[in-house]
Amino acid sequence: MLRLSFKEVSRFFPPVRGRTGSEGVLAVEGVSIDIADGEVVALIGPSGCGKSTLLNLASGLDRPSQGEIFVDGEPVSGPNEHVAFMLQKDLLLPWRTIRKNVEFGQEIRRMDPAQREERAQKFLHRYHLDGFANHYPHELSGGMRQRAALARTMMMDPDVLLLDEPFSALDAQTKMVLQQDLAQTVAEEKKTAFLITHDLVEALALSDRVLVMSRRPGRIIEEIPVDIPGRDDPMRRRQHEKIGPMTARLMSLLDIGKVEQTV
Amino acid sequence: MADGAPLAVTPDRAPEESARFSLASAVQRREVWLSALALVAFLAGWEWGPPLLGIAPYNIPRLSAVFEEGVHMWVNGELLRHTLITCFEVIVGFGLGCLMGAVMGYVLGMSRLMEVVASPYILALQIAPKVAFAPLFVMWFGYNITPRILTAILIVFFPVLINVLTSVRSVDPSMIDLARLFKATRAQIFWKIEFPWSLPALFSGLRIGATLAVIGVTVAELVGGNVGLGAELAKAEGGANTAGVFVTIILLTVIGILAYVLVILAERAVLRYAPQRPAGDIAG
Repeated sequence: MLRLSFKEVSRFFPPVRGRTGSEGVLAVEGVSIDIADGEVVALIGPSGCGKSTLLNLASGLDRPSQGEIFVDGEPVSGPNEHVAFMLQKDLLLPWRTIRKNVEFGQEIRRMDPAQREERAQKFLHRYHLDGFANHYPHELSGGMRQRAALARTMMMDPDVLLLDEPFSALDAQTKMVLQQDLAQTVAEEKKTAFLITHDLVEALALSDRVLVMSRRPGRIIEEIPVDIPGRDDPMRRRQHEKIGPMTARLMSLLDIGKVEQTV
Repeated sequence: MADGAPLAVTPDRAPEESARFSLASAVQRREVWLSALALVAFLAGWEWGPPLLGIAPYNIPRLSAVFEEGVHMWVNGELLRHTLITCFEVIVGFGLGCLMGAVMGYVLGMSRLMEVVASPYILALQIAPKVAFAPLFVMWFGYNITPRILTAILIVFFPVLINVLTSVRSVDPSMIDLARLFKATRAQIFWKIEFPWSLPALFSGLRIGATLAVIGVTVAELVGGNVGLGAELAKAEGGANTAGVFVTIILLTVIGILAYVLVILAERAVLRYAPQRPAGDIAG
C-alpha cells in the first residue's frame, strides 16, 4: 500500500509583482515518488533545489502547480491528520511549558484533556523529558528541545512523518542520539517517513532508499536502495563498510568536490 | 528597579562562585549606600539650598514649606478627594485606552485591508499632539471628568495600538504553519499563537501608556474644572502658591509611578515564562 505518492508534481512560484528582475521560480518539475507503508525514504540534493517545497506540498500547506499528491490514496487538498511535520526549527511555543507544547496539536484537535495529558506523559517519558515537563523551552538545550518537537509530532500519531532536516541544527553527538531515538520509534511503530537532509551519512543511516535531486528546477535524478541491515540502529549502521563507498557515490552525484558548494 | 541584577544571594555555593557573589553583593551594597546618600543630599539641597543661593520662596519654596503646605491642603482643603478623583480618571482612561488600542491593533494586524484604509488617519492622529484635544473635549462635555478620561484614552490608545499591530505582523510564519498543520481554526490561531506572541509587545505599550495617561489627565484637568489634582495645581498657580504647585506635581508623579509599577507587576505575573527581559526597553 502506498502511503505517500507524488505524481508528476511541479511547483512554479510566480514572479512577485512590482519587483523588477523577478521572473518567478520553477522549484520542482515533474517529480514522481512513491513511498510504501513502513518505508523510510531520504531525499538529498543541492541547496535550493526544492526539497522543502516537496515537503510543504506533501503536508498540504502548499499546492502544486501541476500534478497531484496522494496520502493514503487520498489526494492532498490541505493539512490533514495523516501527516505530521518536523522541521529544523523546533517551533516550540515559548509561552508554553514542554508538556503544553507536546499537547499542542491534540489540544487544537480538541482531544479530551485527561486523555491528552495521559498521552503526553507517555511521550514525554519515551523521549526522556519526564523531569522537564513543566520547564519552558528556553530552559532546555537544543537537543532536548528537538526531542520535545519529536514528542509533539509523535503525539499526533501520524501515518506519514515529514522530516525537513530535523537534526541539522544540533551538534554531532546530540544528532546521533536523536537519530537513534527517531529510528527506533519509526521501526517500532512501523511509521512511514520522508526525510530531507543535507547530511549524506544521515540519509544512508536512517533510510531504506535515498533519492537524489538535481539543481533547480529539482528533478529526481537517481534512486539508491540502502541494502544495509539495521535501519532501527543507525549508530551501528553508520559503521557498516558499505557506508563509505555509498557516500562517495552520493558525493559524485551531487558534484560535491567538483563545484564549490553554496550552502 | 527592573534591572536584571541578582538580588538574592545564596550562601552555600562553590567557593569561587560565592566569592564572586559576595563581591557582587558588596558592589550592590555600595550602590545602595550611594543612592541613599544622593537622596539625602538632594533633600538637604532642596531644604537649605534656596535660601543659601538667595532664591525667593515664591520661586522655589523649601522642602519643609512644601511639606507644610501639603499637610495644610490635606487638612483644610480636600487633597485626598482630589487625588482619588485624578486616580480614578487615570485608571478609567488608561483601561479604556489600552483596551481600545489593543483591540484595534489586533484587528488591523490581522486585516491587511483595514490597515491600508485606516493607516493614514492613524498616522495623522499619531503625529497630532493628543493633549491639544483636551480643550475641545472640555467644550464638548463641560467641566467634569469626561474630558479628562477622553484625553487619557486618546493619548494611551496609539502606543498600545502601534505595539500590538507591529507584533501581530511579526509573528513567526512557521508557527502559524505549525498550527495550520494541526488544522487550527482562525480563532485558535489567534488565541494560541498570535495573542500570546504579542503579549510582551502589548505590555511595553501598557508601560508607555501608564505614564502617558497621567499626562493626559493632568492637561485636561488644567484646562478646566475644579476637582482633581490638575485643577488644584491651576488654583495654586492662580494664588501664587508655589508650594501648592509642588505638592500637586509630587502627587501626580507618585500616581504615575504607581501606575507604572502596577503594569510591571502585572507583566511579571503574566510573562512568567519569559527569559530575563532587558531593563531599558521602555520605548518598546
